[in-house]
Amino acid sequence: MGAKMVEFNGWDMPVEYPASIGCGIINEHMAVRTGVGIFDVSHMGDIRLAGPQALAAVQHVSMNDASRLAIGQAQYSAMLYPEGTFVDDVIVHRLATDEYLLVINAGTREKDFSWVRDNTRQFDCAVENLSDDFTQIAIQGPRAVNLLQKLTDAVLSAVKSYWVTHGTLCGVHGILMGRTGYTAEDGFEIYIPTDEATSARVWNEILAAGKEFGVVPCGLGARNTLRLEGKLPLYGHEISDTINVWEAGLDRFCKMEKPEFVGRAALEKAKAAGVKRSLVGLEMTERGIAREVYKVLDAGGREIGYVTSGSPAPFLKKNIALAYVPVEFAAVGTTLKVEIRGQGVAAVVVPTPFYKRPKKSA
Amino acid sequence: MAYPTDRKYTKEHEWIQVNGSSVTVGITDYAQESLGDIVFVEAPKVGAELVAGKTFGTVESVKAVSDLFSPASGTVTEVNGELATSPEKVNKDPHGSWMIKLALKNPGELDGLLSAGDYEKFVAEEAGH
Repeated sequence: MGAKMVEFNGWDMPVEYPASIGCGIINEHMAVRTGVGIFDVSHMGDIRLAGPQALAAVQHVSMNDASRLAIGQAQYSAMLYPEGTFVDDVIVHRLATDEYLLVINAGTREKDFSWVRDNTRQFDCAVENLSDDFTQIAIQGPRAVNLLQKLTDAVLSAVKSYWVTHGTLCGVHGILMGRTGYTAEDGFEIYIPTDEATSARVWNEILAAGKEFGVVPCGLGARNTLRLEGKLPLYGHEISDTINVWEAGLDRFCKMEKPEFVGRAALEKAKAAGVKRSLVGLEMTERGIAREVYKVLDAGGREIGYVTSGSPAPFLKKNIALAYVPVEFAAVGTTLKVEIRGQGVAAVVVPTPFYKRPKKSA
Repeated sequence: MAYPTDRKYTKEHEWIQVNGSSVTVGITDYAQESLGDIVFVEAPKVGAELVAGKTFGTVESVKAVSDLFSPASGTVTEVNGELATSPEKVNKDPHGSWMIKLALKNPGELDGLLSAGDYEKFVAEEAGH
């Protein structure tokens, strides 16, 4: 499609599709906020755990409480090192009584799989890397449900957020469709068998069926700006092996009432010792765009932290950023500066997420 | 895209046009295409002394930050203020959206720059990579 490609963790990935077909990051971003866009996200990895002790294994390696999942339900979670820092964030799907699917990031696929395999050896459950078996396509936006419904017999309006269903899609049986995404918008992620003919056919059928909704193909660029507006963390930016759960502000996905999981003990200690820094949302109040790794300064110009992600926000039409700063600078309304090409440019701490989609029934 | 033959080009994807006493500098269609949606143009102040091949400003798209390199040495005589509020004009009309006007220090410097034809060949090779 003439997309601008970039190498991303060993994958050739589209950054954006050309302006000549109505794309470009801003148009792609706006399509997802107001209509529908589709993303080829086959770089995501999938790990299946199946067996009598699959739940115990998932509970051991992830911080959320997978025992709360009904069959067909999913949850946002993370895998932690014993230090309470991040191996990766993950979506945990419960596919059957003793079967779970972990959806993980591209750059960390092999690391994640080894981590899960090595840390679940004591459990009676098989761990399989299915990453090469599926092509993942994300259909995102308020019209995503209308688009996808044209192509499947599954009743999508009955699928709640963070639930999955199976159905026939574009003539292919048994396709897993989850009402999940990484755009802070309604939408679905679907898992197609990897063979190139099938995945290309499904992609093209989705584009054709979406014409009436103004569907556009979207690249990694829009995926990044969309997730940033929604304050969804990206590994290597907001979360990493040097950042813990409390600093990242992911407390509500971390269930300390679980008696045991990898990282729990360190997190208990970290909480008792007091959290030193915190992830905050910044909005630039002077002209300038904060970018990853730029320094954050206090009002007096002293370096106090750094930007993890920053960009113009196409829907909000503001320049926004996420940054780590000491907790005493984390209150909403705090005036800070971001160092841009040697100059301190004014910014203010704002509530997050920057964007929250309007509430409506599914 | 045919590149206008009424100006010279750099390998850093700027153009420079001499039109009587008026000398304008901008970025090429290839540059705007590679950058994507342009959201920010930072130009020097009037009176700034530029040196050929050195940075004189910054252009930012949603995804990237890129330096601007001066095609020639000289003094900035005018800045296109319109691009501060409407930077997307660079995407729509790259060869019509000048960023700065220059008083050249040494007009002979332009002889070392690329013609439209040579620049077109150069970007065809770049794009092939």
